[in-house]
Amino acid sequence: MPLEAKGISFRYGNCPWILKDFSLTVNRGEVVGISGHSGCGKSTLARILSGYEEPQLGTVTLDGKPLPRHGYNPVQLILQHPEKAVNPRWRMDKTINEGWVPDQEMLDAFGINDNWLKRWPNELSAGELQRFCVVRALSSQTSVLIADEMTTMLDALIQAQIWHVVTEIAKKRNLALIVISHEKHLIKRLCQRVIEM
Amino acid sequence: MKSANSLPIRTAKDTAHKNMLPKLSRRHRTLIVLALTTLLLLSIVTGSYILSDSGLSVNFEIKNQAPSMNNLFGTDWLGRDMFTRTVKGLSLSLGVGMMAALVSAVLALFLGICAATLGKTVDTAVTWLVDLFLGVPHLVIIILIAFSVGGGIRGVIIGVAVTHWPSLARVIRAEVMQLRSAEYVQVSRHLGKSRWWVATHHLLPHLISQFFVGLILLFPHAILHEAGISFLGFGLSPDTPAIGIILSEAMRYLSTGMWWLAFFPGVSLLIMVRAFDILGNNILLLLDPHKAHE
Ligand SMILES: Nc1ncnc2c1ncn2[C@@H]1O[C@H](COP(=O)(O)OP(=O)(O)OP(=O)(O)O)[C@@H](O)[C@H]1O
Ligand SMILES: [Mg+2]
Repeated sequence: MPLEAKGISFRYGNCPWILKDFSLTVNRGEVVGISGHSGCGKSTLARILSGYEEPQLGTVTLDGKPLPRHGYNPVQLILQHPEKAVNPRWRMDKTINEGWVPDQEMLDAFGINDNWLKRWPNELSAGELQRFCVVRALSSQTSVLIADEMTTMLDALIQAQIWHVVTEIAKKRNLALIVISHEKHLIKRLCQRVIEM
Repeated sequence: MKSANSLPIRTAKDTAHKNMLPKLSRRHRTLIVLALTTLLLLSIVTGSYILSDSGLSVNFEIKNQAPSMNNLFGTDWLGRDMFTRTVKGLSLSLGVGMMAALVSAVLALFLGICAATLGKTVDTAVTWLVDLFLGVPHLVIIILIAFSVGGGIRGVIIGVAVTHWPSLARVIRAEVMQLRSAEYVQVSRHLGKSRWWVATHHLLPHLISQFFVGLILLFPHAILHEAGISFLGFGLSPDTPAIGIILSEAMRYLSTGMWWLAFFPGVSLLIMVRAFDILGNNILLLLDPHKAHE
């Protein structure tokens, strides 16, 4: 059982508690959905599970060990707005190679066009950018992928394409996949298990 | 450029602008301004070396002459060539302005980064200083500082440097804070990049460009203030051929109808200051990642 959150409580500063004594276990090869009304703390949970935020109480462990503070994080988070997740001053080839060097097969699988690599982020659409972010997060060291509203901004066709490739890879590599979305039918279609917050 | 051309919709203002300057992207326009400014700078500096000092010697036979082929900018009440005086004065002002702007920008970079990274106390202290210096008129502080360190070139440089860092420091502080919390910077850490790597690859390139823009924009201010306090008599000593001195001397002769004494040095100073201002603002727009590739 790779990813385990035990008794997590979290709040921002002195704001009210967003998470209280929350526990969750996601196994390898599992696709788990998280849904809930807006503002209930889904994104916050995603940030805690991937080590972007420290919970005030409780622990997050991967294979029994706490998440590494340095080096590559095997729990990768993909966010809703890809344009914020790439350096606007870098051409895309630098961005996509930041964590690892994906092979041509990987790029082809996500339909990343060769001539996009030489472009600046503002010369690509959100859907095109998001594919870069997904590929960037899928190095061989990744064992859990958390997608927080990953395709909310994209149209149905692109959404379907990206999810198809991501689930294929997750299956092949036996990754744990956590899908956060407010689209009930997307979660129903993809996930074996759904957690209501 | 590519994307701009393929855009089907353009506003009227856009098209009018495009017609006036056909096929010139901002990048090209900036390069042209840069080339012109560099040329201006080089000709002033080399000019001040090439022009012999004989133009500066007193010669009462040709005093108070209006501009002519022999004396392009005319001569003054001592028969000195105003063209030589102007070029040498500008060259000196350039040097002083450059030094002052550089000291000021380095101060801003240092204090801005300290404020953003060394915790709350340092941040509060720097912010307080920034507000303090922004609240008081520059000229007053420069005069006080220049006066207290005994005037001269050193006084002007220190005075201008100490008064001009706050706005750039504020920009750099905000920039560092924003960058530190930027999503792509956090992602980078989770992709296994060290603090050092993130600092050198994500933060520094951004700050360096800010630094240079700040430097270029500070430069005209520094020159103007140098000229200003020299003009008022608190800056460079009257025997240095600075542009501020030339202007303040010229003022005394303005009522005699010798307009060229103030006109040419004044206009040259304005051209130089404007050139750097335009250059700085162009580069600033160019560095804005969202407008840069237009
Ligand atoms: N940086 C922050 N500082 C303070 N409060 C925050 C911060 N980020 C989020 N919150 C608050 O925490 C709560 C949960 O936010 P979160 O983004 O986790 O919700 P969410 O379930 O992802 O919502 P949505 O479905 O709209 O994305 C919200 O009430 C929000 O206002
Ligand atoms: Mg959210």
